[in-house]
Amino acid sequence: MATATLHATDTHDHEHEHHELGFVQKYIFSEDHKTIAKQYLISGIIWAFFGGAMSVIFRLQLGFPNMDLTWLKPVLGQWIVEGKLEKEFYLALVTMHGTVMVFFVLTAGLSGTFSNFLIPLQIGARDMASGFINMLSYWFFFLASIIMFSSLFIETGPASGGWVIYPPLSALPQAMPGSGLGMTLWLSSMALFIVSQLMGGINYICTVINLRTRGMSFTKLPLTIWAFFFTAILGLLSFPVLLSAALLLIFDRSFGTSFYLSEIYIGGEALPNIGGSAILYQHLFWFLGHPEVYIVLLPALGITSEIIATNSRKPIFGYRAMIGSMMGITCLAFIVWAHHMFVTGMNPFLGSVFMFLTLIIAVPSAVKAFNYITTLWRGNIIFTPAMLFSIGLVSLFISGGLTGIILGNSALDINLHDTYFVVAHFHLVMGAASFFGLMAGVYHWFPKLFGKTMNKNAGYIHFWFTFVGVYCVFFPMHYIGLAGFPRRYYSFTALGNGRMEAFVDMNMFISIAAILTFLAQAIFAVNFFYSIFKGKRAPQNPWNSTTLEWTAPIEGIHGNWPGEIPAVYRWPYDYSKPGSSVDFIPQNVPYSATPESNFPEENEEIANEKEIEGLLDIQNSAYSH
Amino acid sequence: MTYLIGLLSVVFLVLAIMIVSKSMSLSKGIQGTEQDQDTPLDGANNANAIGMIVFLVLGSIGAAWSFLYSRPDLLPVAASEHGLKTDQMFWVSMGVITFAFFVTNALLFIFSFIYRHKKGYIATFYPVNHKLELIWTVIPAIVMAVLVFTGWRTWRDITSQAPDNAVVIEVTGHQFGWYVRYSGNDDNKLGNNNYKLIDATNSVGIDFTDEKSFDDFTANEMHLPKGVPVLLKIKAQDVLHSVYLPYQRVKMDAVPGMPTKFWFVPNKTTDEMRYITGNPDFNYKLNCTEICGSGHFGMAITVFVDEPEDYATWCKQQKPFLTQNPDFLAKVPEKLKGKAQKYIEAPAATPDSTQASGATPAAATSLR
Repeated sequence: MATATLHATDTHDHEHEHHELGFVQKYIFSEDHKTIAKQYLISGIIWAFFGGAMSVIFRLQLGFPNMDLTWLKPVLGQWIVEGKLEKEFYLALVTMHGTVMVFFVLTAGLSGTFSNFLIPLQIGARDMASGFINMLSYWFFFLASIIMFSSLFIETGPASGGWVIYPPLSALPQAMPGSGLGMTLWLSSMALFIVSQLMGGINYICTVINLRTRGMSFTKLPLTIWAFFFTAILGLLSFPVLLSAALLLIFDRSFGTSFYLSEIYIGGEALPNIGGSAILYQHLFWFLGHPEVYIVLLPALGITSEIIATNSRKPIFGYRAMIGSMMGITCLAFIVWAHHMFVTGMNPFLGSVFMFLTLIIAVPSAVKAFNYITTLWRGNIIFTPAMLFSIGLVSLFISGGLTGIILGNSALDINLHDTYFVVAHFHLVMGAASFFGLMAGVYHWFPKLFGKTMNKNAGYIHFWFTFVGVYCVFFPMHYIGLAGFPRRYYSFTALGNGRMEAFVDMNMFISIAAILTFLAQAIFAVNFFYSIFKGKRAPQNPWNSTTLEWTAPIEGIHGNWPGEIPAVYRWPYDYSKPGSSVDFIPQNVPYSATPESNFPEENEEIANEKEIEGLLDIQNSAYSH
Repeated sequence: MTYLIGLLSVVFLVLAIMIVSKSMSLSKGIQGTEQDQDTPLDGANNANAIGMIVFLVLGSIGAAWSFLYSRPDLLPVAASEHGLKTDQMFWVSMGVITFAFFVTNALLFIFSFIYRHKKGYIATFYPVNHKLELIWTVIPAIVMAVLVFTGWRTWRDITSQAPDNAVVIEVTGHQFGWYVRYSGNDDNKLGNNNYKLIDATNSVGIDFTDEKSFDDFTANEMHLPKGVPVLLKIKAQDVLHSVYLPYQRVKMDAVPGMPTKFWFVPNKTTDEMRYITGNPDFNYKLNCTEICGSGHFGMAITVFVDEPEDYATWCKQQKPFLTQNPDFLAKVPEKLKGKAQKYIEAPAATPDSTQASGATPAAATSLR
């Protein structure tokens, strides 16, 4: 069996230090990638509930504009005025929902958790390249979280200019109360967040390049690792641009510069600022903002690739095409940003260029979708909760991605820009799809993360409620957008001509669906926290998977493997290989051990096994400092 | 219709509960007997597989029904020439993606159902097929190329230079409203303005050292002539705003310090739209679509599209800003005072005599 080879190496007691760490070093300021991953995950889950709750509050306003919200006064205090949600606070909720979900949940919670957890375990490394920088990365994120969270409680309210915080609105405290202290805190928090992301990203890249175990060539890497690798590159190249955008904004706000400000008359006075460009900020912001979409989506796609292959009991279809399309998406992600800006007054010629580039990115995305579907074809599918969420992700990715073809067309974008059509589009393709990737990852790697198993039936219930719910929330939003409803509107009274009335029932429906979907997440929360403490002990390899993390001890020890790190001889997708008596062959099983299922070219690989073994000393010396 | 929507949600709920209870009872029955220590399989596998098909069927019905239900309110009647083109292109693109939407989702859920785990079945080891990869790289690429090309042509036409005979109107966004300034009845040219000249009366900062501004007039509502190119010169005073004429399919940001523009040809008058929509109170609106503060959602003015003759009449009824605020004569430089003087209504003189001395009304010349 698969685990037999593993136990052979287990008995060596390597001279790895096993001194017990104190509580603080073990659970708080830990340098162990597994602990840091758990810290990211739990922070992300807590943030997700706050972000979701904010959306429920503003959905109440949109779905039930006449509702008496006095009962929310104990929570929201002065933001409820005469039973109504305060208009500025509505915008603050929209802004914070976006910021929290995009950065704190889907960037930190998804990529922070799974890059940290899976990179060392799946490539066969004892830890990240720098455990200390990794620890700093989490604590910078924690500090950013504290600052962002504290901004919810200040008197003038948190930042309220939309998650894109376009100046001059965000630069001038006199434009709205949220642009005062709330925006200062937002910018400080984001600056720390970016620092955290950069430290994380550098670590991921270094670890993947340098610390792969013997035999783990790039073409034997699981697609998860490829996805995390590309994600880290995207983040490393684009987050600094957001940092510079934020710094220039801080200068404009506090030191009287005019990077983004020009010819402004506000609050009864003309400001002295001349020569700045508000559009410059948008270019800088979206130079991160668009790659950010893929920063949250690529890890989810990587996780899905792994889970779909494992649970279809089939190799992923088109392994190299998957890598190629991710590489294509990574490169193209940097040169499509201005499709967010077709109607900002940017030169129309640029609009043409960016329309062309944007629609090209649909091609690698389509390839990925087709490859997933083909992987399912003639599989032997086991519907674990993780598998359900992965299939859900593919459906959401397709449904949301397709409307991108319309929005990427600048002529059509004129009418649809900043309407609910856009909201529906990105919530499906990036919000919900990435969230499903996060959930799939949690259900799949929970046994590895905590050494326990989650309740599967609760997982099924959670999936079906969430899947149906997400479609009920975001599918009808397309219609509202097509009817010309702009986003970030507190109420639709000013549209006139009975248009608001025509969609009262649909807005109500969306709100009800959103509330139910949000409540359904409690099933997950209970299951998650209960299972951490009271779950059944996990088996060694619960999903019969081929990748290296399932060869490591269930308890998750410091250094990951007690003895030598296993060597890797084959790619990670040898599922249902013809001739083999088991339906999966782990990566650490040499070809010489499976003569019955080897292809001719794989028999030739047997000659290289000695060479791979010979690398052990070099690998060990890398860890003995 | 609320009932139907309620019904739909109930159906989904019942469905979810059904699957759940079935999966629970199945897993209870099977635990310990058939469950193999080595596979993560449980009794809910078939129920989840059936769930995929049920979701596909109910989801497709829901998608189709909700579309037909809201169809009358989607893309309200286009009231500009380019709007007709983009609407048509929208529906073509929509057709393409709807096809792809149903085909790919159907394959996804049907494959999930058909290839659910069966005891003794072995999945096909099928890691790669270059021909297939090539096919589904090339086909989307071709479809995209066609869409890009048609989109690009339309975009190029929409964003081209405005025709010379276009009626020029300036619209300025501020927290929270729109100022509209017309180029006047004499020269069809907007005078300069400067944000430093803004005060309580001169809300768009008209610069009276420029003689072109003498005949400019402002309004609280927007009037547009039908069938004539209209060039909107868009400005913002404080923060970003965005001009949105939903029926004319016009949208362009208003940026402080950077004037933007959009030209289009309105092709349905307000009266025609009242007839088409069957709503005697119908009015076009100019809304804001860029978040600008607490009043963002209410930042709208009424827009009237008139027959060209009615538009010309309306324009003639408007009095230049200078006429309404003669104090601003003091800001006019000495050498231009003479020219400005004719816009000042002397208390004794009849307004008509000054008007008659003016040139041919610009609006009329632009209607050739």
